[in-house]
Amino acid sequence: MALWERYHTPQTVADALACLARYEGQARLIAGGTDLLIDMQHVEKGDHPLAALVDVTTVSEMTTISGKDGWLHVGAAVTHTSIVKSSLVEDHATCLVESCGVVGGLQVRNVATLGGNVAHALPAGDGTTSLVALGADAEVAWHNGIREWLPVTQIFRGPGISALDSRQDVLVGFRFRCRQDGEASAFKRVMRPQGVALPILGCAVWVQLDESRQILKDLRICISPVDRVPVLAAEVEDSLRGQVITEALISRVASAARDQLHPRASKYRASAEYRSHMIETLLNQVLPLAIARARSGVAKAEGVGLG
Amino acid sequence: MSELKLNVNGVDHELKVPESLTLAALLRQELGLTGTKIGCDEAECGICTVHVDGVPVDSCIYPAFKAQGRKVRTVEGLACHAANGEEQLHPLQSEFINHCAVQCGFCTPGLMMTAAALLEENPEPDDRDIKVALKDTYCRCTGYTSVLQAIHSAGRVIRGEEPLPPGEPEVVTPLKTIGHSELVPDIVDRVTGRAKYTDDYCFPGMVYGRTLRSAYPHAIVRRIDTGRARSLPGVLAVLTRSDVPGENVHGIVTLDWPVLVGENETARYMGDAIALVAAETEEIANQALKLIEVDYETLPVVADPVYAHTPEAPLVHAGRENGNLLKHIKVRHGNLQRGFDEADVVVERTYRTPIIEHAFLEPECTIGVPAGYDGEHLKLTIYVGSQIPYQDRNQVARAMDLPDEQVRVRGTLIGGGFGGKEDIAGQIHVAMLADAVGRPVKLLYSRQESLLFHPKRHATVIRIRTGAKRDGRLTAVEAELYGDAGAYASLSDKVMTRATTHATGPYNVPHAKIDCYAMYTNNPPAGAFRGFGVTQSAFAVEQNMDLIAEELGMDPLELRHINAQKVGVVTATGQKLRDSVGLLETIRICDEDLRGKVNGNFRWGWREADLAWGWGVACAYKNTGLGGGAPDKSAAEVEAYDDGTVEVRTSSADMGQGLVAVLAQCAAEELGLPYGRVRVLLSDTDLTPDGGPTTASRQTFMSGNAVRHAAIGLRDALSSVLSEEHDQPPDLLRFEEGLVRVNGSSVSFGDAVRLAQNQGIPTRIQHEYWGPKTQPLGTGGDMHFAFSYATQIALVSVDLNTGVVHCEKIISATDVGRAINPMLLQGQIEGGIVMALGNALTESYIVEDGVPWSTLLARYKMPSIKHTPEIVSYLVEDPVSEGPWGAKGVGEIPSINTMPAITNAIYNAVGVRVFSLPVDQDALLLALRRGETEVHSAWHDVREFRQHA
Repeated sequence: MALWERYHTPQTVADALACLARYEGQARLIAGGTDLLIDMQHVEKGDHPLAALVDVTTVSEMTTISGKDGWLHVGAAVTHTSIVKSSLVEDHATCLVESCGVVGGLQVRNVATLGGNVAHALPAGDGTTSLVALGADAEVAWHNGIREWLPVTQIFRGPGISALDSRQDVLVGFRFRCRQDGEASAFKRVMRPQGVALPILGCAVWVQLDESRQILKDLRICISPVDRVPVLAAEVEDSLRGQVITEALISRVASAARDQLHPRASKYRASAEYRSHMIETLLNQVLPLAIARARSGVAKAEGVGLG
Repeated sequence: MSELKLNVNGVDHELKVPESLTLAALLRQELGLTGTKIGCDEAECGICTVHVDGVPVDSCIYPAFKAQGRKVRTVEGLACHAANGEEQLHPLQSEFINHCAVQCGFCTPGLMMTAAALLEENPEPDDRDIKVALKDTYCRCTGYTSVLQAIHSAGRVIRGEEPLPPGEPEVVTPLKTIGHSELVPDIVDRVTGRAKYTDDYCFPGMVYGRTLRSAYPHAIVRRIDTGRARSLPGVLAVLTRSDVPGENVHGIVTLDWPVLVGENETARYMGDAIALVAAETEEIANQALKLIEVDYETLPVVADPVYAHTPEAPLVHAGRENGNLLKHIKVRHGNLQRGFDEADVVVERTYRTPIIEHAFLEPECTIGVPAGYDGEHLKLTIYVGSQIPYQDRNQVARAMDLPDEQVRVRGTLIGGGFGGKEDIAGQIHVAMLADAVGRPVKLLYSRQESLLFHPKRHATVIRIRTGAKRDGRLTAVEAELYGDAGAYASLSDKVMTRATTHATGPYNVPHAKIDCYAMYTNNPPAGAFRGFGVTQSAFAVEQNMDLIAEELGMDPLELRHINAQKVGVVTATGQKLRDSVGLLETIRICDEDLRGKVNGNFRWGWREADLAWGWGVACAYKNTGLGGGAPDKSAAEVEAYDDGTVEVRTSSADMGQGLVAVLAQCAAEELGLPYGRVRVLLSDTDLTPDGGPTTASRQTFMSGNAVRHAAIGLRDALSSVLSEEHDQPPDLLRFEEGLVRVNGSSVSFGDAVRLAQNQGIPTRIQHEYWGPKTQPLGTGGDMHFAFSYATQIALVSVDLNTGVVHCEKIISATDVGRAINPMLLQGQIEGGIVMALGNALTESYIVEDGVPWSTLLARYKMPSIKHTPEIVSYLVEDPVSEGPWGAKGVGEIPSINTMPAITNAIYNAVGVRVFSLPVDQDALLLALRRGETEVHSAWHDVREFRQHA
C-alpha cells in the first residue's frame, strides 16, 4: 500500500527545511530510504500514508565530499558507495571506508547514505562508530533557522533516538580533520551469519603517533554497542595515551578493556560475555592495524564489501 | 497524479502516475515490465535489482520519483536486437543458460542485473569481486556455484575471450538424449524476463484479495464484525466462515485445517485465516482488512512439542482422542537388549534442530477466475504455482461444494517450492472470492505473510543411543524423536515417519527401537521440506557415528565403510535391499578425493595462526517415492503430430529442478526424436493427467516412467502401422533421428504419424504408471522402492578469536541411479548442499510462545553467495532396476548430510561438538574459552540475560 503521498526533491537545504515546515510535521526527510521505508512499511505500519517525503539526495552540498582548510567534509546524503570509492576518504579516514564498506549489500550501499546511518541513531551504526572515533562534527540545520556544527556524539539521545526530528530538521553533513603524518585509523566488526544484520560489536580506532612513531601521542577508540549511544572508550584511551607502543601493552590494555567496558546482552545477537571477549579480540586487531598505517603512511581499506 | 519522465531500456516515457509508487511497482504495473520480480519488499533479497543511471538498486524500496529524468535498465533491456529484429542475448544471459545457473528463474533477473553492473565496471572480476557484488542478491535454488561460473564466463565473452566450458559431471556413456545436459525448453524466457509467474498474470477486470489472519496463536474467535470493511468504497466482498460453500476444511493427509476460522471457533496459530477481502485495488483491500473487528478470547499456548506431550498441556485440537499427539511412529527391529548387550561402546546424546523456512523467492500467489467469466474460463479456474495440482483441485472442490470436474487448476511457473508449495495457500480463498465477486481475483502474499503462513521444516528434539562392537560393527540404535508439527497436520505424519525410519542412518543395524512423537503445537504448521525429516535425524545419527568412531579410535570413514548398507542388507523396517545401493562407492570416491594423494599425511583437524580447520564426514540415504504402502502412481500422455513433433502432458510440477527437460528426454529417447521436437505441458487439470504430488524425490522415477511407457505405447502403435505398410516385422523398425528406418529405407516420424492418423490409429497414448508396491511401516517387506545414497565431506574453518565458522569446501558423491540430465542434476546437488549449509549455519525460524519473531526476511538469513563453499561433486550411477534407465530421486538427498558433515568438521577443528542448530558462534567461542567440549544451545537461545550453563 502507499506509504507516502507526495515526493519532493528540493535543491537546497533551505528548500528542504521550507518543504518540511509546510507539512507541519506530516512529512519526513528521506535520503536513501533503506531504513526509513522498511521501518514505515514493516515496523511502524501506520494506518495512513505519510503526507510527503522530502528527498535530500538532490541537495548538492549534501552529496559532495571535499577537503577544505584542513577538514574533510562529507555531505550527509553521500552514499556508502561514494564513500567507499573515494580515495580522499580512504586516505584521510580509512576507518570510515571500512565501516561504510560492510553496511548491507551493494544495492543498499548504492543508495543508503552516511547521514541516514547517523540519523537512525543506532548505538552500533557502522558509519557512526567510525565518525565518533574520527572526532567528527555534524552540521545541523534546525527548523528554527539555526545552522551549527556539533560533535557528532551530540546527535544521539538513546537507542534509535536522535536529537534531530526528521519531520523538521536537516542533518547537512560531517567534517573531521584531515590526516596528518603519523595519524591513521581503522575499523573492524564482528557479525554473526544469522538474524538482523547489525554488528555484534564494531570497533573504530584513530591514532596519532609521535615523531619517533613509537609513542601513542593521542588516540580515540569507539567500541559499539557498549552503551545506549555510541561513546568513546575514555578509560581504554587513557591507558594507552602517551605510552610506548609494544605488543605487550596492547594485549594488556585489550585484556583489561574486557572488564572496563560493560556491553549488554542482546537477544538473538550476542551474550554480554561474548561481547566482552570481542572487545579484546577487536582491540587486538584494530589497534595494531591503525598503528601500522600511521607508521607506514599507507592506508588501504580492508574488508570492503564482505562484511 | 504527477508527471514522471524517465527512460526505461532506451525508451523515453512521460507518465502520469501517483508519487507514491515504488520503482518496482511502476515497472511492473504501469509499464508491464514484469521481468523485475519482487521477493521481499525489504531491500533484503535483491532480486528486484534494476539499474538507475547504471547503478544497481533494489527497486522494491526505490521511490519511482527518485528516478525522475534518469535512465532505468531492467532485465528486459539486457538483450539487444539485431537489424533483422533477431534477439541477441547478453553474454550473461547466454552464459547463465550454458552453465545451468538458472533453475526456477525467479531470482535470475536480479542476479543478472547485479552482475551486469559489475561487469560494466570490472569486466575481469575475481570470485571475491563477484561475491561482493552479489552478496545481497539471493538465489535459493542453485547454491551459486554455477552463478559464479556463469559470471566469469560472461566476463570472458565480454572481453572477447572464449567462454568457460560448462562443468559437466562425469557420467556413464550417454544414450541419444538420456545422459545429455539438454536445456530446459523455456530457458530463454527465464533469462529475458518473459517467463510468467502467477503474479505476472493480469486478467481484464481483475481485482485484489487479502486475508485477515489471527491476532493470537491460540484463541477462540468470539465476534467478527465486517460491517465497516464492507461499507468502504471499492470493497467488493468480505467473506467469513459462513460464506464457505462446502466443507470448511483442508489438509493433504488429515483434514484438520479450517478454510476460515469462524465465530466461536478456535484459531490455532497466527497464520489462521479469519476473513477475506476483495477490492478494486490492493490499497483498498489493505484498508478494509484494518476495518474488520475481531474479538478473541485468548487461550494458553502450546509452544513446544515435548511440553505438548505432557498431561498438563492445553489441547491444540480440543476433543481429539490422542490429545496433542498427532502420531506415534514406531520402528522395531531385532532385539534391542541383545543389541546393546553385544555392544562394546555405547554413546547417547540429545540433538536439536530448529524450524526452517523454505524461503522460496516467489511468495505464494493465486488467481481465481469465476466459472463462465469468458470463453477461456468456462469453469472455476485457479492459476497457481503448486506442487500438487490435482489435490488442489480436490480441496478447492470440497470447500466450494463442487464436483472436482467443475474446477480447473492451471499451473503457472513456480518460483521455487522445496516442499513449501504442497499445502493449500490461497487456492480455496481465491476461489471463494472470485465466485463472490464474479471477477478474477488475485491473492498475492507478501513475503511477510508468506513467512507467517506456510508450513515449515519440523523442529525436532532427538535423543539417540548407538551401540557398536570393538571392530566397529553397529549393534543397536535406540532413539526417541519429538517433532513439532505445529497447529495442523499437513504432512507431519509422513515427514516424521521418514525421520523415524531413516534414524539408523544408511547402515546395517541389526537391532533398533525408534519412537517418534509428532506433536500438535500452536506454532506454524510443519510439513514437507526437502529432506523430509531425514535431514533432522541424519544430524543426530551422523554425529553419534563420529562419537562412536572416537570412542573406538577408528577413522570415521572406516566406521561408515564397515557399516554401510549394501545389497542384501535388511533395513530397520525389514526391507531387504536388492539393488542400487551405491553408498560404498560414494564413500570410496570421497575418501579418494580427500586423501588419495596425501600419502598418510592426512589430518582431520589442524590449526594455522588464529584459524582452526577441520574435515567432517557424513553419509545419507533417502527414499525415492511415497512408499509405506501408499499407492504411488503417475499418469502421462504423449501425443504425436504429423509435423514430427510430440507433446508430453502430465500434472507434475517443475519448480526449477528441470522436470520438463527430463520428461522431454524420456519421450525423445524412446521415440528416437531430436530433443527439440518434444514439447511438455505441465499441470493443467483439464489437459494433463495426474502425475501425483511433486514430492519425495519421485518425479524423475514416477512421471519419467509414465512418459517412457506412454512413449513406448506410441512407438508400438506407429510400429504396427509401419510394419504392416512395409510388410516387415515391427522389431526391425528403428526409431532414430526423427525417422523410422525400415529395411534400408526410412519414413519421417511425421509421415509415420500421418499414416497412423489416416488409418484411425490413435497417436495420443496415455499411461498410468504404478510404482512397485510398497509395504506400510511395521509390516516388513519393501517400505520403499528405491533409495538414493550420498557421502559428503565438509571442510570448515573456525576463527579462534570470534568463533565464526565458515564452510570452505564440500566434497560430495551422490548415487543417483542414472543421470538423465547431468547438469540439471548437478544443480540440484549444489543447491541442496547450500540450502543445508544454511540449515547448519545461518537459518532458524524463531517463534516465541507461538508468536513468530522471524516476521521479516531481514530476520531470516539464508545463505548468500558469500557463504558458498567450493563444491566438488561426483555422481555415482548404480542403477535401480525399475527406474527409467536406472534413475532414482535426487531432489532431497543432497540436503541431508551437509549439516552433520559441518558439525563433525567443527569438532575435528576445535574439539567442540555442536548439538543444536544453527551453530552459535557465541556459545562455541565461550565453550572454547572454558575448555568445554559440547555446545547444546543455538543462535535462537541467545537471550537478553542468558546465563551460560
